[in-house]
Amino acid sequence: MNTLIALIYIGVAVLFIIGIKFLSSPKTARMGNLIAAAGMFVALLALHQPGGPSVWTHVWTFNYTLIAVGIVAGLVIGAIGAYSVKMTAMPQMVALFNGLGGGAAALVASQEFLRGAHNPDGIAALLAGAMLFATLIGSLSFTGSIIAYLKLQGKFEKPHTFPGQNFLNGVVLLVILVLGAWLTLQASGGNAVTAFAVMFLLSLFFGVAMVLPIGGADMPVVISLLNSFTGLAVAADGFAINNLAMVVAGTLVGSSGTLLTLLMCKAMNRPVTNVLFGAFGSGGGGKAAAGGVAGTVKPIQADEAALLLSYAQRVVIVPGYGMAVAQAQHQVRELSEELGKRGVEVQFAIHPVAGRMPGHMNVLLAEANVPYDQLIEMEQINPSMDRVDVCLVIGANDVVNPAAREEKTSPIYGMPVIEADRCKATIVLKRSMAAGFAGIENHLFYKDNTRMLFGDAKASLNALVAAVKAG
Amino acid sequence: MDTNILFIFILSIFVGIEVISKVPSMLHTPLMSGTNAIHGIILFGGILVLADAATPLALALGFIAVVFGSANVFGGFMVTDRMLQMFKKKKQS
Repeated sequence: MNTLIALIYIGVAVLFIIGIKFLSSPKTARMGNLIAAAGMFVALLALHQPGGPSVWTHVWTFNYTLIAVGIVAGLVIGAIGAYSVKMTAMPQMVALFNGLGGGAAALVASQEFLRGAHNPDGIAALLAGAMLFATLIGSLSFTGSIIAYLKLQGKFEKPHTFPGQNFLNGVVLLVILVLGAWLTLQASGGNAVTAFAVMFLLSLFFGVAMVLPIGGADMPVVISLLNSFTGLAVAADGFAINNLAMVVAGTLVGSSGTLLTLLMCKAMNRPVTNVLFGAFGSGGGGKAAAGGVAGTVKPIQADEAALLLSYAQRVVIVPGYGMAVAQAQHQVRELSEELGKRGVEVQFAIHPVAGRMPGHMNVLLAEANVPYDQLIEMEQINPSMDRVDVCLVIGANDVVNPAAREEKTSPIYGMPVIEADRCKATIVLKRSMAAGFAGIENHLFYKDNTRMLFGDAKASLNALVAAVKAG
Repeated sequence: MDTNILFIFILSIFVGIEVISKVPSMLHTPLMSGTNAIHGIILFGGILVLADAATPLALALGFIAVVFGSANVFGGFMVTDRMLQMFKKKKQS
């Protein structure tokens, strides 16, 4: 590697680090993304053959035509995916892109490995190990991400479990590791190619088997984990083909992604092992908690609800996934403006994991131009909840479930929730009495001071706005 | 065997952890998406492998790797930017 390339790569590493740093603060986040993208562009321009000439000044062959076609095809696919996806479907798009990256990492590693295996000298054990690692992690990230994508799309989002599942997964993983260990030492010849193919297929299967038992509500954590996995696979690939930029970028993603996964689990107050191995709602816990529901559901009509809201002094709105699905954020803003005109103090209580990705609600309400200072984080608003006249829960369920504080047997016990049940009155906008994403009954709906306004969130809000305007 | 690369690997682990140690929960998803785009650098691996591919199988697999990697890197940065556009609007209002 000549000095110029080395210096460029140092600059690229710095751009990636600054990019990630900026991404972790709201003020600079967008700039951070652009800085990282700039780093990627510079690194691409500086791409060179290992110990050889730049890729871009190489003699043009059929292979380079394929490269150009491939890049353009990927660009088009990526652009269509990124710009056509709805705001509510962003997390699954990230999962899909992550899966593609993992698949690419596995393919690159397998190419290198197969080429080495046809070579009579074989591959140095350390390099073979890196290639096998990238194959395993990349392919399980590929299939795992696709399952995560499908779950977030609403396909088989309930956890799928069967007796002996952990045992089967353990056996598969063991076989993969044994094959990997053997191949690391014996990376040459026809047997090695066969064993490698078996290992590749088992890794693809393992990705499916790993994610299938995990409930849809935990998918953001799973995607974050698979994201850091892909990072590590890319780093291992960089190691195998001796590309420093790939090692640095992949490792940064791997380590920051691991920390991010742990931070996400912390926001839900659950250890990461619980997410991965203790499928949410798969045990008897959720059903047991449902047994203790007391009280009756009291419906309310839009007119009466509007009256309650108009004559309140302080109203807190708790948005949830239902608002996102109904695309009702503009109606929510309209309602809060109408109430504001009447002198009602309106605030929004934002749960960190409301919706299906952290920050989901902030993004949607910002899109509807709700002022930033009206969005209050859970920790700030909870202490004053008993001084709230009306709490309007819009399509949120698990994040306002008092069972998280009261029921030790509940699967969500210990998760911080917005304490909507402490308000003087609560109005819940909900499509039906179906349980939330986690499949747990919500006692809030049965409390004496809770009224239910059934129907599509958007239609209900329109009715509320009309009634407040008229009243 | 170049051991410098291991040295860089270990240091990068610590930098990655250090750099995001204080991130508000509303940025978890954009941060995940942004780092997702960064590992799209696997595109480089695809390019290098495809450049040397000799057999039809190697060409096909290399081509798929390039398409996947390219979709990962371009789509990743674009979808992150779209998410973060929403945050910028908030600042203006």
